[in-house]
Amino acid sequence: MKKLIFAIVAIFGVTAISAQSAEERGLQIAKAAEKADEGFISSIVDLKMTLKNKNGQTSERLLVTRTLELTEDGDKSLIVFNSPKDVKGTSTLTFTHKVGSDDQWLFLPSIKRVKRISSNNKSGPFVGSEFAYEDLSSQEVEKYSYKFLEEKGSLLVVEQDPVDPKSGYTRRVVTYNKSKGYRLEKIEFYDRKNALLKTLTYSDYKLYKEKFWRALTFNMVNHQSNKETLLKFSDYNFEANLAEEDFTQVALQRAGQ
Amino acid sequence: MKTKHLLVLIVLLFEWNSMYSQDKEDNKVVHDFEMELESEYRYFYDDALFEDQKDHFPSLAIRPEYNINWNKGYESINFKGFFRLDVDDERTHWDIRELYYQKAKNNWELSLGLKKVYWGVTESNHLVDIINQTDAVETFDGEEKLGQPMAQFTWITDKFGTFDFFYLPYHRKRTFAGEKGRLRFPVVINKDDLTYESSAQEWRQDLAFRWKHYFDILDIGVSHFYGTGREPLFTFDETGNINAFYPVINQTGLELQITHNAFLWKLESIYRHAKAQDFFALVAGLEYTFSNIDGNGLDIGILGEYLYDERDELALNALQNDVFFGSRIAFNDTQDTSILIGGITDLESNSTIFSLEASRRFGSSWTAEIEARIFNEIDKNEPILSNFREDSFLRISISKYF
Repeated sequence: MKKLIFAIVAIFGVTAISAQSAEERGLQIAKAAEKADEGFISSIVDLKMTLKNKNGQTSERLLVTRTLELTEDGDKSLIVFNSPKDVKGTSTLTFTHKVGSDDQWLFLPSIKRVKRISSNNKSGPFVGSEFAYEDLSSQEVEKYSYKFLEEKGSLLVVEQDPVDPKSGYTRRVVTYNKSKGYRLEKIEFYDRKNALLKTLTYSDYKLYKEKFWRALTFNMVNHQSNKETLLKFSDYNFEANLAEEDFTQVALQRAGQ
Repeated sequence: MKTKHLLVLIVLLFEWNSMYSQDKEDNKVVHDFEMELESEYRYFYDDALFEDQKDHFPSLAIRPEYNINWNKGYESINFKGFFRLDVDDERTHWDIRELYYQKAKNNWELSLGLKKVYWGVTESNHLVDIINQTDAVETFDGEEKLGQPMAQFTWITDKFGTFDFFYLPYHRKRTFAGEKGRLRFPVVINKDDLTYESSAQEWRQDLAFRWKHYFDILDIGVSHFYGTGREPLFTFDETGNINAFYPVINQTGLELQITHNAFLWKLESIYRHAKAQDFFALVAGLEYTFSNIDGNGLDIGILGEYLYDERDELALNALQNDVFFGSRIAFNDTQDTSILIGGITDLESNSTIFSLEASRRFGSSWTAEIEARIFNEIDKNEPILSNFREDSFLRISISKYF
């Protein structure tokens, strides 16, 4: 009897410890990844987005993304469309928040209108692509709960469950590369029915300022619709020294004019 | 002739800047030219109310754009031109929509030249938006504007929002449809027949100010305009003659929007004071979007707004006590297919205007648009709107971008 109780306590204790450590370790990895990327201050990058439907037909979009790093709150970003030409100058300004909804404004160049828009639509596709809005927004640690899954060499696999019930996912399985500054190698997205929806793979990594890893190619494959979206980034500019003034509604209009 | 001079100036500036740019990487000059060619067909399917009005309006428009910027984009010259050829002689018109120099530095921005500025948050009526004159022959919804000469100074503060100061040295008159055109009064109004209250005429030096800020989910704008109004004031004498002029006005505007989850709550309101007229008007309503409802990106938004105008029947836009209802459908597909349907109905009569606007991209450089405006059961006693009661129309346009 004593032995049995001891065994139960032992098993319970072990599982409690290991369960806790799986969550703690997952969080620890996410924090380590965030820390490894701290201090980039600001960046500007040109992006070519290629949308491919299931018949292989493609269409392209050209964008410029400016990002301002903030530590006390989420990052700020300004995205400008340069192509297709009928939407040239359409721009968005996003203030990401670690907790709560993001603030977002849209600039429509044809009528010069700045419109505050709802950031409620997280799961919807970004400009017809396989990327949802939530896939492209600033990845703050606070937006997920974590569970460490496995270690394969320098690769660490962590399950991330979105905190926001409006997310289109039940979970994401994220592969970090510990020896390369915790950069992301792959993310698998599971839909609300917990079926595998999409896989995002990162490639063409380049190291900037001896610290910041940036993948110049993102490939998102939707397993359910057989559609794909390829993102090709040009060289990152980390020397622009962007400031808060470059992320205002005034700057949004200037960027899209 | 005038445009030729401008082009020479732009080219010279560009040359000068590109020579200068060789010194410094920061002074890299970026320039960009683009053009849209549009062919349009408007068909008014009801018999015209007035003599000489046509039913079919094929039309062509061209919109060239040129932008040159340097100093990392903090300085630029922007140009947008416009020309339309139409069956209606008054709708055949050209304009410099924009031609301005802009410089931005830290927390301020300065623009000099012809520019377009938009104020407001609501969808069915744009009360607060007053800087630019409406290009009234171009579209029915009044969203197309004429280029306005201005000096605009913007001061951005961290804690107190953004302050905009405008100096507007010249007034531009509104153009009305010509003899052959639809959507007009029985008497063809020639814009040159309209007079000014100010003895300085179009050269009255006008001023405007706007403060814009946001607090968490609340966006707010407060503005004031002092100068010659953009809307002409119509008065009718005993013999039924129309007398129209541009009054000097003081107009205070308020814009509010609360963005809460998928709800946008909106309010726009103005108080306008002139010697001949004082009035209050508002638009208030909401927009709610059901997003990604099919898991494939389909968004359906519903819109509802209430419109009030103290001018009652003499409100130029005839929106004195009305309700607007509508739906915005966005497919979020690669062709950016979207549809906006709606209606504005008078709460005192059955007068209703239905509208539909749909657009889609074809390939990478073509777009097509369909528009319909249907005037339904327009009350014959409505002094302005009754003139348009036979002017329901369908419009299709195809654009090619270069």
